Amino acid sequence: MANEPAIEIRDLRKRFGSLEVLKGISLTAGQGDIVAIIGGSGSGKSTLLRCINLLERPTSGEVAIQGETYRMRASRHGDLEIADRRQVQRIRAHLGMVFQNFNLWPHRTVLENVIEVPIHVLGMKRDEAVHRAEKLLDRVGLGSKQSMYPGFMSGGQQQRAAIARVLAVDPLAMLFDEPTSALDPELVGEVLSVIRDLAAEQRTMMLVTHEMAFARDVASHVVFLREGVIEEQGPPEQIFGDPRSPHLKQFISSVA
Amino acid sequence: MTTIFDLSLLAFEPPGWGKVLLVGFLRSIELAAGGYLLGILIGIFGATGKLYGNKVVRDLLEIYTMVIRAVPELVLMLLFYYVGTDLLSRASTAMGFGSVNIDGLTAGILVIGLVQGGYATEVIRGAILAIPRGQIEAAHAFGMPPSKVLRRVTLPAMTPHALPGMANLWMIATKDTALLAVIGFSELTLVTRQAAGATQSYIMFFLAAGVLYLALTLVSNLALRRFERYARRGLVSAR
Repeated sequence: MANEPAIEIRDLRKRFGSLEVLKGISLTAGQGDIVAIIGGSGSGKSTLLRCINLLERPTSGEVAIQGETYRMRASRHGDLEIADRRQVQRIRAHLGMVFQNFNLWPHRTVLENVIEVPIHVLGMKRDEAVHRAEKLLDRVGLGSKQSMYPGFMSGGQQQRAAIARVLAVDPLAMLFDEPTSALDPELVGEVLSVIRDLAAEQRTMMLVTHEMAFARDVASHVVFLREGVIEEQGPPEQIFGDPRSPHLKQFISSVA
Repeated sequence: MTTIFDLSLLAFEPPGWGKVLLVGFLRSIELAAGGYLLGILIGIFGATGKLYGNKVVRDLLEIYTMVIRAVPELVLMLLFYYVGTDLLSRASTAMGFGSVNIDGLTAGILVIGLVQGGYATEVIRGAILAIPRGQIEAAHAFGMPPSKVLRRVTLPAMTPHALPGMANLWMIATKDTALLAVIGFSELTLVTRQAAGATQSYIMFFLAAGVLYLALTLVSNLALRRFERYARRGLVSAR
């Protein structure tokens, strides 16, 4: 089990109507890998990430988490559909996702947001969940904010709370979907430093980002996506220091 | 003048009609509360069915809400009451249980609930659509089973959006009980008419009934406002 790749994507395709967004992606993240997915807007980065926990159903191809492949079947409207809902729920419970817009539950306090999934999905005892949540909130610097409602906090604080909510399920892998894109520039740093911290612990992560300096710093592997295909991939030194594809060169110089 | 405002007629003990009026008032509240709760239940099922159900479910619900909203309530109530009870006792006879006598309160609650449910379906559907999609998506992304997503995320998150519309529906429910006077249900309006007819003090008794309806509305308003404050606890007010 331990040698299984954390995330394995095999020949993934996704079509929205007549538009093919992903055109055969194969990608593997081993245990402890930190994979950064970069690319222009519309390149399919977020769709790829959302196929990993099936928030988006692929049109064809396979996704396996920790060696376990999602059971899918063909459906009438063309995309695959979930064949085994319980399997998907079980796998999802151990895949944390951090969203661009935080997506905390506004009617629950920060603490309640963090204990929600451990108690109501994983079946943890409330005392234990609260105890762990308090430690996690301390860790992301929100120890004093646990009884606040998310709507009354800054974007950076909300995103840190969202990261604590993911850590509370002790995830096999963490998925970050442009975690700093909705933040005011001065709040980006505090969120990146929390993610950097997690990266240092060798947690498996897949991260869609526009923060090139951060990707270069933190990632163990960088994937450049263009028009639904992986145009180039490799270690960050190679991708940023010695890009081969002219499109990647152009992309890096345009965002730098 | 003394005959019009002879307050002793409102006394609790006969020959005063106060007790009769109050009992009618309580029955009105029972009817309204029962019908309203049933309406909320129908509304939750109706709204989720319309949003997430298959085509057959969606079409059936569309017909239901269309009929409820197109036909005058009084007609619906007469229809549900006479046709409904008739069908029920025919079915019961056919199944060999003999004819059933469905009691007035249950029938009244069913009738009001069915009407309220049509409107509540639309109010709740709109409120669910007002929830930012990501909040529900986040719950799914954490592997929460759909029934729990509904109970722990969708319903509490839609409540503040539904409250203004649902508060209106409660007010309408309290007043719709008066329509049941037509089918002989002894709620406040019917007993008021009886009292007024018996004593010829029309103005006084209808004023008294009006005061009771008003009191119910005012108390409801207070309770609803408190509940709205609670439901909006996590929302930053736009005002």
